[in-house]
Amino acid sequence: MADYQLRRSLLYVPGNMPSMLQNIPLFHCDGVIIDLEDAVPLSEKDAARILVKRFLENYTERNKEVLVRINPLDSKWGLDDLRVVLPALPDGVRLPKADTPEIVERLDTLLTEFEEELELDIGRFRILPSIESARGILNATGIASTSKRVFALAFGAEDYTASMEIERTKGGEELFNARTRVLWAARAAGIQAIDTIFADVNDMEGLRRETELIKRLGYTGKSLVNPRQIDVVHEVFAPKQEEIDYALQVIDAIKRARLMGTGVISLGGRMIDAPVVKRAVRVLRTAHAHGLVDSAVEDEVVYGAE
Amino acid sequence: MVRNSLGRLIPENFAGKRLVPYRDPWSLRPDRAMATRGLRRVNPGSNKLLANLHDAITAAGLKDGMTISTHHSLRNGDFLLNQVVRTIDSLGIRDIKIASSSIHPVHAELIPYIRKGVITGLECGVNGLIGELISKGELDCPVIIRSHGGRARALITGDVPVDVAFIAAPCCDEYGNMNGFFGPSACGSLGYAMVDALHAGCVVAVTDNLVPYPATPISIPQTLVDYVAQVETLGDPAKIVSTTTRITTDPIGLLIAKYAAMVIEASGCLTDGFSFQTGSGGISLAVADQVRTLMRKGKIRGSFGCGGITGYFVEMLEEGLFKTLFDVQCFDLRAVESIGRNPDHLEISADMYANPFNAGAVVNRLDCVILGATEVDTDFNVNVNTESNGYLLHNTGGHSDTAAGAKLAIIVAPSIRGRLPIIRDAVTTVTTPGETVDVIVTERGIVVNDRHPGLKEELTRRRAPVKDIRELRDEICRVTGEPRPLEFEDEVVGLVEYRDGSIIDVIRKVKE
Repeated sequence: MADYQLRRSLLYVPGNMPSMLQNIPLFHCDGVIIDLEDAVPLSEKDAARILVKRFLENYTERNKEVLVRINPLDSKWGLDDLRVVLPALPDGVRLPKADTPEIVERLDTLLTEFEEELELDIGRFRILPSIESARGILNATGIASTSKRVFALAFGAEDYTASMEIERTKGGEELFNARTRVLWAARAAGIQAIDTIFADVNDMEGLRRETELIKRLGYTGKSLVNPRQIDVVHEVFAPKQEEIDYALQVIDAIKRARLMGTGVISLGGRMIDAPVVKRAVRVLRTAHAHGLVDSAVEDEVVYGAE
Repeated sequence: MVRNSLGRLIPENFAGKRLVPYRDPWSLRPDRAMATRGLRRVNPGSNKLLANLHDAITAAGLKDGMTISTHHSLRNGDFLLNQVVRTIDSLGIRDIKIASSSIHPVHAELIPYIRKGVITGLECGVNGLIGELISKGELDCPVIIRSHGGRARALITGDVPVDVAFIAAPCCDEYGNMNGFFGPSACGSLGYAMVDALHAGCVVAVTDNLVPYPATPISIPQTLVDYVAQVETLGDPAKIVSTTTRITTDPIGLLIAKYAAMVIEASGCLTDGFSFQTGSGGISLAVADQVRTLMRKGKIRGSFGCGGITGYFVEMLEEGLFKTLFDVQCFDLRAVESIGRNPDHLEISADMYANPFNAGAVVNRLDCVILGATEVDTDFNVNVNTESNGYLLHNTGGHSDTAAGAKLAIIVAPSIRGRLPIIRDAVTTVTTPGETVDVIVTERGIVVNDRHPGLKEELTRRRAPVKDIRELRDEICRVTGEPRPLEFEDEVVGLVEYRDGSIIDVIRKVKE
């Protein structure tokens, strides 16, 4: 199921702003990244941590994936962030400056320790490493397969361009190689790829162009800095009607094959194999999230009942 | 004291008038004729032009105990009402009632004159400090709040007999023909003043822009105008119709607008011939923006937009999305500029706009109106007059008129304002009865009045976040906590008149 989790839109929410935290349940993004790192001034690190913990404890009717961006593990706040926030049960951690597999492994170990202490299933807390330096780019392949907790790689262009001592432009040519490399690393490991933020919140056309580009490349979603960006990203990721029609035919073919008790599934004379099914399921779940089909695909339909 | 049909306690008399308690939005119709005024005769060669307000007040015969009026089309840039009252005071006249179409914060300058006994009653709603002081009992001046349609009705029936109307005329000739389209104090529509011109005992046009005869186009004709007085300036051009009319960028506001657009789409009213009104607030404009996109997409040609008109509606007119704009008041300078040039942008009187006692007002033809609220309650009653501290701070505007008239009256409001929940068990003050409110939209969900089961079903089918009103109230209160109730004295300091003249609620003195 997790393989198909929609992550078109991961919205950053500053961890030190109660007025914004309280609106998290209301936004239609697929996930939020509550930020304890860059958005929070040094003088408010403690307060933000407690605020986020309280918010998560009261956010009982979870309606989206909740990640927390902690401070880097080699900073003096990273470990405390985990200690305070994990008992309030976020779904995972966005790890900044994930430059090497070792850094991710270290977080993996820490998470296991917390899960043991909190008596949770091992592997419950997931990891979204941020690839945001030249080093991270070169190590992306290793990072993607460090841990089963890693469900996606996130590309962070702001820090990346800083580490390269270059300017980020709206055209994004300077990002192209890095962006592709993160994507390959993620796809090679069979996980999702989340693109960087688009900082100009008033330029919806620019955001649309960039989102169209990353969707074409193969990214599954994007990090966002403002709720106003959600609709544009979702529009770009909305499946086209012919994609939906084909996906529905695929699912129909699976159902028919199962009824007939045959393992081989074909549609219009073409064999339907796993990637086609996977793609159809993703299209339909996206379509459902957009309200384009009435019901999402049940796992049972895809995998059969046990 | 008697209870009206909404359970509000209403005194039997107020400021010397016998009160009719509100019963329902539709049935009251007094069996009587319109008010009349004396015939006039102006012979050839006579002169209407007077040098200043002093001469005009004298010529109009204003005396102690009379009622005057102005219009509020210059909004917070208006200098005229303050000038008139100052001059009245200098003439030693006392005990004057003001029956203007609205009073703005700029008129806080009247406070000393209220204290001095020059002004002893307000036959109109107020925005700002005066209302607050009246609520606190610091200013002894009975106030009766009326909607735009209700005010037109009160002048026409004679419930409020205006003795002298001072009409700010941005473009006027010496014989009294006027419009609001041109001149340094251009304000666009003179829709409110049209009623005064027809029904006041004496009509004084006041202008800072005397043009050669005839001033055209003629919004208010010479046949209704007794005198023309000249003043240096009618107002502060920087503040005349200077409402900021910009679409909100607040994500919560945008979410509310998106839900409101879903409601309009689901209601099925968005077809050719669609008619629509919104206010000038950021959320209202965001709804208009969504509606505009839907109309473009569906190639829908609407019938009319009405109310206070913004540049945004002007753009929709020019784009062909509406055939006509009915303009009782311009909200910004783009609207002013348009009304003076575009024949499809029509100036209408407050009577035509919203008076319940004529042969059918424009609001009756509205498909959909978007309205705001400071509070709503679980019976769908809406308050726009008093704030959470109990102070009277806002006028009704066209709120209760358009809610009654429109097929679909949608209230848009953030679920939490300051730290307070917007949905209450009972609103502090009822401005608009729940019987005329169809949908409430907040960022936490959409509530549909039970009178529209079909709409509720359709929204649910479209997976809109439809909620029961009590469920939504509880959800909001889980965030805000239950606010401590306000405390009021028994003393009634003001009335909220429903558009038909019955009393829907009262304003009580706040216990300090």
